[in-house]
Amino acid sequence: MHAPDPQFAIEARNIVKRFDGEAAVDGIDLTITKGSIFGILGPNGAGKTTALRMLLGIIDPDEGERFLLGSPDPISKAHQVGYLPEERGLYQSMKAYDAIAFMGALRGLPLAEGRKRGRSMMKAHGLGDATDKQIRQLSKGMAQTVQLLGTLVHDPDLIILDEPFSGLDALNQGKLERLIRDQADKGVTVIFSTHVIAHAERLCEEIAIIADGKVPFKGKVSAARDRLRPQVHLETRNLDGPWRSAIPADCQPLGHNWHFTLPENGVEPLLHALVEGGAGIESLSIERPGLHDAFVQIAGEAVARKMKEDSASNNGDETA
Amino acid sequence: MIETIRAAFVIARRDFTAIIFSKSFFFFLLGPLFPLGIGVAAGGLGSQVSRDIETTTIGIVLSPEEAEKLLATRARLSLSLGPKSLPDLLILNDVQDREADIVAKLDNDKSINVILSGTLAKPVLTGSQRDVGRWQGKIALLAETAIAQPVPVEIETRLVGQTGSSSERGQLLTAQGAQAILILLTMILAGMVLSNLVEEKTNKIIEILAAAIPMDAIFLGKLFAMLGMALVGIAVWSTLGLSVSLLVGVHWNALPVPAVGWPLFIILMIFYFSMAYLLLGSLFLGIGAMATTVREVQTLSMPVTMGQLLVFFLAYSSITKLGEPVEWFAVLFPFSSPFAMIARAAQMDNIWQHGLALVWQALFTMIIIRFSVMLFRRNVMKSGQAARKKSLFARVTGK
Repeated sequence: MHAPDPQFAIEARNIVKRFDGEAAVDGIDLTITKGSIFGILGPNGAGKTTALRMLLGIIDPDEGERFLLGSPDPISKAHQVGYLPEERGLYQSMKAYDAIAFMGALRGLPLAEGRKRGRSMMKAHGLGDATDKQIRQLSKGMAQTVQLLGTLVHDPDLIILDEPFSGLDALNQGKLERLIRDQADKGVTVIFSTHVIAHAERLCEEIAIIADGKVPFKGKVSAARDRLRPQVHLETRNLDGPWRSAIPADCQPLGHNWHFTLPENGVEPLLHALVEGGAGIESLSIERPGLHDAFVQIAGEAVARKMKEDSASNNGDETA
Repeated sequence: MIETIRAAFVIARRDFTAIIFSKSFFFFLLGPLFPLGIGVAAGGLGSQVSRDIETTTIGIVLSPEEAEKLLATRARLSLSLGPKSLPDLLILNDVQDREADIVAKLDNDKSINVILSGTLAKPVLTGSQRDVGRWQGKIALLAETAIAQPVPVEIETRLVGQTGSSSERGQLLTAQGAQAILILLTMILAGMVLSNLVEEKTNKIIEILAAAIPMDAIFLGKLFAMLGMALVGIAVWSTLGLSVSLLVGVHWNALPVPAVGWPLFIILMIFYFSMAYLLLGSLFLGIGAMATTVREVQTLSMPVTMGQLLVFFLAYSSITKLGEPVEWFAVLFPFSSPFAMIARAAQMDNIWQHGLALVWQALFTMIIIRFSVMLFRRNVMKSGQAARKKSLFARVTGK
């Protein structure tokens, strides 16, 4: 067995999980640095949840090895981990503060301390009036917040959130983003899966893209973006002239507007050629590609479309 | 191991308090009153019907002297044999000793079952085959006694505490009684474990639990919470039963003493109930864990109850066969072992065997839990809709 590297909160080497002979996760390699915010991106059914379940020790991989906080037995590190599953669940008859304490107790926090923290955390998050209410009496959003607080009550070193933004309205999504940043500021490693690229783009230093049980990309968000050349948006007075040789030959104008990928030699030679060649520049902007564009390029058009559909149906559910 | 026990305690505490402080627990405590009430009512009705059917009156068509002699003999024999052991006799003055008259009387008078005519030396009994067959022996006894007029003798009795055979019979009765109680309690309580993980699965809490603590701890915690609840129930019912028996004035010292003595026997009853509960409960929990809905649990209840009955029959049939292969099988087969062993405690005084049996039963409980956990992790903890939509059979078999 390979020895774990102490700088990583999670290490997975070629982990495979098959259900009924079909690979749900097909040889994933993943290393997540301690203290970082890490996003796992992919459409529904890509293998995100199965991968997270293996990393957490809920299920064992059929092949490969994984270390969670340096241990090959993730459950043995459960006291240091907080986990919010995709399918939220709480005991309906429990009081809200007790539900938080129970989740802490599961991970080794004494019940009395958990109850104390549960009450104060609920107050701090604006749910002070609901501490003694049963879970069944809370709104869906409040119950989700209670569960999130239960994930954090024992001050974990590593937080894993599976689709944490799904089901939340815009206001609560913003609150959750702030909470994730606050935890990271305290040195906690935060890993979350999502099919909404914008969240990952705003929060993450590093991401992994999962598609069809594989990881076609893992690295910094900037590195994903750098896989694409910047896009040039140009408006000219003239439609022809010597300057045309400076832009790609297959680029066709829309009126007097031109859109093309920035040539390999960079901005300055392009600008020089346009000016010298008499393009008559009305406006020029150079746009760095977003994570979504990078995702399309890495995972493929079909996967990106599916993700968009998942995101739309999720929003539809929320509206409903 | 310590972490597993700690985590199991967290689960057990949650489940135990959730059950004990729920309104439904009150109805659970009332539960045994329903079968008890139904039993008493059915028993009363049954004995009433039985009395109505069994009451027999025999019409007497004899000479007046012989009829009087027969009545006097019946009265004397009733003192020795008990009043219900002999049929009621009714002298029929309005019937002649002619077959046609006798048959007509039997047809017209529904209170008369059989008619005795002829003489005491040569009695004739007329009636249906069933009634005649049933009473001809006793009528012969009455007639013979009436003719012979035997001299009554008084028997002197000398009572000893217990004889070898009465002690053995008493211990057999204790074994039967203890086993019946154990079987009844296990049957009522162990089946409840079947639906124990459905709440976690429908509420989607199972994943939070599975990510935080060893799965064995979840199963153990749930089992012990239910065992705790069962023991609370038993304590309440026993206290009520004792109070009622004290009020009624039951003589407990008249009960046959088991071979290991009452104090140890009661302790063994508690241990063997716990083991029977844990063994069957862990199996049911494992099976029930494969179910995702209450409907699936209900479907499973029938075969599970049948399986329980088979185990109980095995144990029950072995009570009188101490040391024979069938009894050894019942002792060694884990699910029947607690029932067979409590029967042994009533009839055999060696104690060491109980220690061995309890260790064996505990070991097998752990094996079942490990196996159930393995099945659960392999077949239930899958993500995605397809996995959840699989049939119960496919989940159990892992196909």
